[in-house]
Parts: sequence; C-alpha cells; structure tokens
Amino acid sequence: MINAVGRDIPEEIIKATGMQPFKGSFARNGEEYKKAAPTVRPRIDPTESKLVDSIADVLKKCGIRDGMTLSFHHHFRNGDKVVNMVMEEVHKMGIKDITICASSLGSAHAPLVPMMEDGTITNIQSSGVRGAIGEAISNGKLKGLAIMRSHGGRVRAIESGDVHIDIAFIGAPTCDEYGNMRANGGKSDCGVLSYAYVDAQYADKVVAVTDTLVPFPNLPASISQVNVDYVVEVDEIGDPAKIATGAAKPTTDVRKLMMAKYTTDVVVNTPWFKNGFVYQTGVGGASIASTKYLGEIMRERGIKMGLGLGGIAGPMCNLLEEGLIEKLVDTQDFDLTAIHSVATNPNHFEITGSEYANPMNKGAYVNRLDYVILASLEVDVNFNCNVVVGSDGVISGAQGGHPDTAAGAKCTIVITPLLQGRIPAICDECTAITTPGETVDIVVTDYGIAINPRRQDLIDCLKKTKLPIYKIEELRDMAYAITGKPEKVQFGDRVVGVIESRDGTIMDVVRQIKPYEWD
Amino acid sequence: MEVTSTAMAGTLESSDCQVTVEPGTGIDLSIDSSVINQFGKAIKKTVLETLDRLDVKDAKVTVVDKGALDCTIKARVEGAVFRASGYSEDEICSGKKLPWGGAIR
Amino acid sequence: MNPNLTRLRRTMMFLNAQKPSLIKDPYIYKPDSIMLDLEDAVAENQKDAARYSLYHALKEIDYHGVERVVRINGLETAHWKEDIRVCVAGRCDSIRISKCESAADVHAVETEMEKAEEEFGVEKGSILIMAALESTKGIMHTYEICTASPLLFGVALSGGDYTKDLQTKITGTGVELAGARQQMIIAARAAGKQCFDTVFTNLDDMEGFRKECEMIKAMGFDGKSIVNPRQIAITHEVFTPTQKEIDFAEKVVKEVDEKKAQGIGVFTVNGKMIDIAFYPGAKRTIEMAKAAGVYEGDL
Repeated sequence: MINAVGRDIPEEIIKATGMQPFKGSFARNGEEYKKAAPTVRPRIDPTESKLVDSIADVLKKCGIRDGMTLSFHHHFRNGDKVVNMVMEEVHKMGIKDITICASSLGSAHAPLVPMMEDGTITNIQSSGVRGAIGEAISNGKLKGLAIMRSHGGRVRAIESGDVHIDIAFIGAPTCDEYGNMRANGGKSDCGVLSYAYVDAQYADKVVAVTDTLVPFPNLPASISQVNVDYVVEVDEIGDPAKIATGAAKPTTDVRKLMMAKYTTDVVVNTPWFKNGFVYQTGVGGASIASTKYLGEIMRERGIKMGLGLGGIAGPMCNLLEEGLIEKLVDTQDFDLTAIHSVATNPNHFEITGSEYANPMNKGAYVNRLDYVILASLEVDVNFNCNVVVGSDGVISGAQGGHPDTAAGAKCTIVITPLLQGRIPAICDECTAITTPGETVDIVVTDYGIAINPRRQDLIDCLKKTKLPIYKIEELRDMAYAITGKPEKVQFGDRVVGVIESRDGTIMDVVRQIKPYEWD
Repeated sequence: MEVTSTAMAGTLESSDCQVTVEPGTGIDLSIDSSVINQFGKAIKKTVLETLDRLDVKDAKVTVVDKGALDCTIKARVEGAVFRASGYSEDEICSGKKLPWGGAIR
Repeated sequence: MNPNLTRLRRTMMFLNAQKPSLIKDPYIYKPDSIMLDLEDAVAENQKDAARYSLYHALKEIDYHGVERVVRINGLETAHWKEDIRVCVAGRCDSIRISKCESAADVHAVETEMEKAEEEFGVEKGSILIMAALESTKGIMHTYEICTASPLLFGVALSGGDYTKDLQTKITGTGVELAGARQQMIIAARAAGKQCFDTVFTNLDDMEGFRKECEMIKAMGFDGKSIVNPRQIAITHEVFTPTQKEIDFAEKVVKEVDEKKAQGIGVFTVNGKMIDIAFYPGAKRTIEMAKAAGVYEGDL
C-alpha cells in the first residue's frame, strides 16, 4: 500500500505489525485514546529495602523470562555501559527472545550483535542504531523487526501501549537507596534523564543502576522513588570521556561556515525572529557556527530568544549565560558546558521526552518552536528527509527528534552539504524516508538554498535577500551534473526494519541489503 | 598500449581512487568502491571506456574507489596504464609525448 | 586584446592539481582565480599523475567562470615542457611560470606554448602568462619580465624562496619583503601589468592576514595568492571598493563627463576639489565594483 509520502508499505508488514501506513503528519490530531498503565507492586512495608547486590539478582527479582521487553536510555551516548552489563547477565541466564526498547543505541553496543545471532535478542526498538548493530540488522541477523521511532514517537508508543516494558533499567549518575535518581553529582554525569522518565512511569519493574550511591534524599530528583522498584550499585555505568566532550573547537571549514551563514540569514529574515522566539538547533559544525552568527545578530539588534530547546550544547548555554536566551528546556546534553549549565543555571530546565516531543499528549514543546535547525543524510525533491539509512543501504543513523521538531516548528531548516563525497544529498528519491517533506521548509546546502514551494510566505520574505535561492530540482541537477545520476541502492526482499512515524503509522520500511549486482 | 609491468596511480583518500594495472590476458577488472550502490555501473563503464581509448587489450586492473568523480577515475586509469606501459616521467621528459586530446580525453 | 589581461584578480587560490577533493568544486568559495599546482605541492614521483588529473579537471569540471591558472614546474626541471603541453591541450586560462628570472624565461615559455598551440589547434594568444618572482634576480628584472610578452598579465611575489635567496626568512613584520614589494609594484605599474602578493601561511592569524592585505592594497597591489578558502572573504573585503568609494567614484565620473561638455576643468564633489586627473581612478573603481558584483548604479 502506498502511503502519504509515496512509499510502498508491504501488506505483510501491515498485517504483522498491526500498524497503519502513514496518512499525513497531522492525520491523528484530536484522536482520543486511552493510555496504558503498568502493573505496580506496592511497597507499604517501610522496612523493605530496594537495594539489590547485582544485576543478576535484580533480574531474578524482576522475574526475567523469555520474551520480555527491557528498556534503556541513551543519555550516556557512546559511553554507556548499562545496556551491555544487563544484557550480558540476561545472556548468561540463557534467556531468549528479548525485545530491547531503547531510546537509542550506538556503536558502544556492538556486544549485542552475537546476542542477536543466538536469539537472545529478537526485536529492537530504538531511535536508531549505529555501527555494528545497524550492520547486523541490515544483514538480516535480527529474527524480528527493528522499529525505529523518533523521541516523541517512543513516548507515544509506550504511553499508548503499543509497546509494554516489562523491566526498565535506568542508568543514574546518582541515586539514593530509595530510588531517587539525578543526572548530576556522580562519576558519569549526563545532565538530564529526560528520555528515561516515561520508562519509569510505564514499566512494570523499574531498576535504577548507579555507580554513585548518595545519601537519601537525592533531590531534586529527575526520576522519583515512587516509580522505582530496585536500586543496584555497580562499578561503572559509563565512560565519562565518551558521555560528554569538552567544548568543540569551532569549525574552520568554509563550506560549513557558508551553510551556517545562509542558515542564520534565513532565520533573521523571517517574521518569527523577534523578542521571545523559540529555537532549536543541532550539534553539527554548521549548526554550532550558525548559533554563533545568530548570537552576533541578536546582540546587534537587541533581540532575545525566549526559549531554546532539545539537545543542548555549549554555545546555547553561553547565550543563556549572556542573557540573550531567557530559558532553556533540555532533553539531552552533548558537552560538559551543557551538563554544568543544567545543574547550575536556574533558567536551564530538564524536561521529559513527552514534554519535549510526544505528538499524542496535550501539547509538546516542539509545537511551540519557531525555528528548528536540522541536518539530513538525504533530501529528496519533495523535501522528504532520510536520517536513518546510509548510502550503502545500512541502518546507520537515528530519527532522534528530527520528525518531531520538523512537524512542530513554524520554520524547519535542514542543513546538508550538496555532496557527501560522490553521493548527492539532494536527490530524486531518498533511500528511506524518516521525515515527511510537508514538514520541511528550507534546505540549506553549500551550493545554495531551496524553499519548499508549499511555503510561499517564506519565498516572499527571502526573495528580497542576497541568499542564493534555487528550486530544489536545480540543486539536484547541480549535484547530478557533478556526480552523475546515482542508481538506487539494491536491496533484498526481506523487510528488516520499520521506520515508524511519530504518530505510530509506518513511514517506511528498510530491507535487508545484498551484494551488489553488476548487471 | 601494452602493459609490460605493474604500476599504480591514485590514493585511498576520499574522492580519489587507486588503480593498479598488471600484465594479464584479456581485461580482468575488479572494482571495490565506497559508492558501489550508486555508481558501480558508472565506474565500470568509465574504467572500460578509458582502457579502450588507451587500446589496452590485456591487463589485470584493480580499482579501489573512494567516491572519485569520472574525471579522477580516468586520470588514475591513465596514470597507471602509462606507467605500466613505458611512459614513466623520465621517459616522458626525454621526449616521449603523451597523446593529450587523443587517447587521453 | 584578450579581455582576461585585466580581469579582477583579488584572490588567486593555490590547489594541488593532484588532489581530487580540492579540485572538484573550489568555485563555490568564489575566488577570482584558482592556481592548479603542478610544482611544489606535487611530489616528485607524482608529476605525471598530476598532469592526467589536471587535464581531465580542465576539460570536464565546470569552474563557473573562475580563472584557471596552472603553475608549471620550473624551467630548471625536466617537467615543464610536458606541463605546457597539457596546459595548452586542456585549454587552461593562464600559465604561471615558476622561478622566473628574465625576459628570456618568458620567451622560452612562449615558444613552447606556441608549439603546443600549433600541435593541439589552440588559438594563438588565447592562453595568458604570469610570472612568479622567487629570487633576487627575478625581482631585479621585474620590468624586463613584465614587458617581455603581450600575453603576460602580471607578476606575483613568492616570498618563501625569495627570502631564502636574500639570505633571510619570513619574519612576520614584512620588513624582509618591503624592498621586493616596492620594486615589483613600481615596475609592474610602469609596464601596465598586474601585481600580486605572496601567500600568508599562518591560518590561525586572521588578523595578521587582514593587516597584510590592507598593507599591500595600500601599496598598489591587485591581489594576493592564498592557500585556503578561509582567506577569501577577508581579501575580497579589503580589495573590493566600499560603497562610499563607489558613490564618490560614480559622482566623479558623472561630473567629469558633464563638466567636460561644458568646458569646466575643476569643480568640487563632496567638498573635494576634483579635476580630470581623478577620472581614470574613478573609472577603475567602478570597473572593479562591477567585476566584484557589488555595483548597482547605471554607469
């Protein structure tokens, strides 16, 4: 069945998953539903302790068995040690058929691959997967399906009961013996625990895993004792060097600086750039450089940002310190500056994944965005974006908040260099679609920018500027003139992954890769 | 051109390709490319056309491509073939003229 | 006359002709000229490979109007004659002679170019020449070099080699280059040719780079050799007439045209005494502004 972004969703996948094909970004607006709920084992007896000696013991206490769904968060990014630690024990116990429901997985989780091969793990639900796990999934090594969800979409899936978490393991930089978790003050600080909040609310069993047990009460808690069953102290929950880096050196790459300049020029020449504007940006070189340019213009014109949101890095915190941003709401911290800021600056707030981006709550922060600055691997001539599947057909990226913020923002700007080596980023058809073009307004490349023809208002206000504006087809033609017209990636038949739209419908499927055929 | 020795041209840097030419029988071509999915056929066509223009009938040709454009692929094939066929820089500088605009185009 | 003789050359950006990632789309940075290098950037054992790469780049890459200068190997090497053949066969825009020391050097290159033009059926005189002055002798002979050929559009200082020959080094103060710069610009202007400054290699010192650009602009230079696209914006800023300069030049040109018709020789523009002597400079400012794409008037 062809869905609203023109992708052919196989009937057998619709049948197997019970999911509908994507019908449009706002198709489920106003649709009422009843939220799921966890099974709770109450603790009335005040003498019971929550402390458990080991991961193995806590797995037994939680009643681990074949076919369960275990959840994890990715605030430790590539420094995470919790997923592997837990899964090693599960593996040792000979448990099979586990579904991993993680907010994201990265190259740190390569040890899961043999567990996919031997049937310990048969399903993976994640924002995306990188490195060895992505390769394994794309090579058909997962028995079930990989489901890629946006950050908002994951909260929706959990709250609506599309996925039910049996045990949530929540890595906590600090925790007290009664389960109050914070993301600061420990050895592996990650700043916030936003994406784990929904796990704590909806999982049947919630386990805090910490390497820094602190005296009760650990306040203010990101995740409260009322949702926590057990607390396990371990040696190390993460590798601090890989969780957060120092301040990134500003890019000197002129291409990135050009794209940054174009991006800022778009922002400051559109009507929402006024006192109180709401903004989100990424952590790529061009995004960070555009934050710097934006700061210069805000200073010059005396304009203040009312709210910055999403994943936060140093440059946004510096603007907050300077008073050019009134408030930050934070769901993830990318560097030490951001971790320090959220712990100390009273105008820098931690919010939950639901508050950030859940499309099926009563109003997420993304809906208040004026601008979001995103990146993309590919953008097709209909402005659809792919941030999950690499040019080799392998799953190698994550949806993150991409489709959530694009749908919410008044002006969605996607930055991508026109060419990645010989691969044109602007193309006839994306290898896979993660973000529908109806929610993407402007594409910025090093060769020039293109405005979605649906946005005549943006075309009108930007045509007066000196920005190099082209039709998106012209950008594609420039790229193809240099590289030649690319062939489509040759996939096998078997579907190995589903790219879920934030509203729970099927945006696209990803098939198994196969050796290149010359003829 | 007759390939009489083994020669290589190009690097494994991004946007480049490394071509090795060895004596052989018929054209024995192997291609490895970081963009094989998008440009495998285009690369093969360019390499074969370039060999044909250079009138190379017998050679083992190995291409390791890192996303090179056509102009680079041609240059690397020519580089390797001329080096393997008695056109070293010394020989070129002592008056063995290269066929610019002829076999090289 | 070949119109390219006097084209705008604020930035001439060096690129290793052998590096595919560099030569594939440098035009997006909008330098005025690129200098595809067969000389120092190319290792001795890659001289042949660089030529194949250069040839296809010249023939197949659309550089969007950016001038394509090729720096050939020095006349003391074995490589330069084949370098000229590939330049002509590939129809580059200009050839830069390395280590040029005399009019005879220019003539030697001209002779090889003519032979190649004949061989490849390229129109005589369609490819221009520039000379790099890299030695004390070269500097001493600037005027004779500048007047050696009608195809030679200008001279460029190569500071590194020159200071070695002078038995000093680049100090960062500019004092070691002061004499060469003065001599060059005077000789080049006397011969009616363009004059370009040497590279500035410390990419971390953008302030120092800007100061050097401002200094050579004040000395009369037309532009600068650059080694990185980061240097383009600053150089263009320095070498492009400001709106104030353009406005003044426009008034001067218009007033002179008008007053000449009325037989008036001296008048004032913005309170400044102006006569016909200001006319060529004002015209040049307008032409530069046009070439740089910043002129919006009707002249």
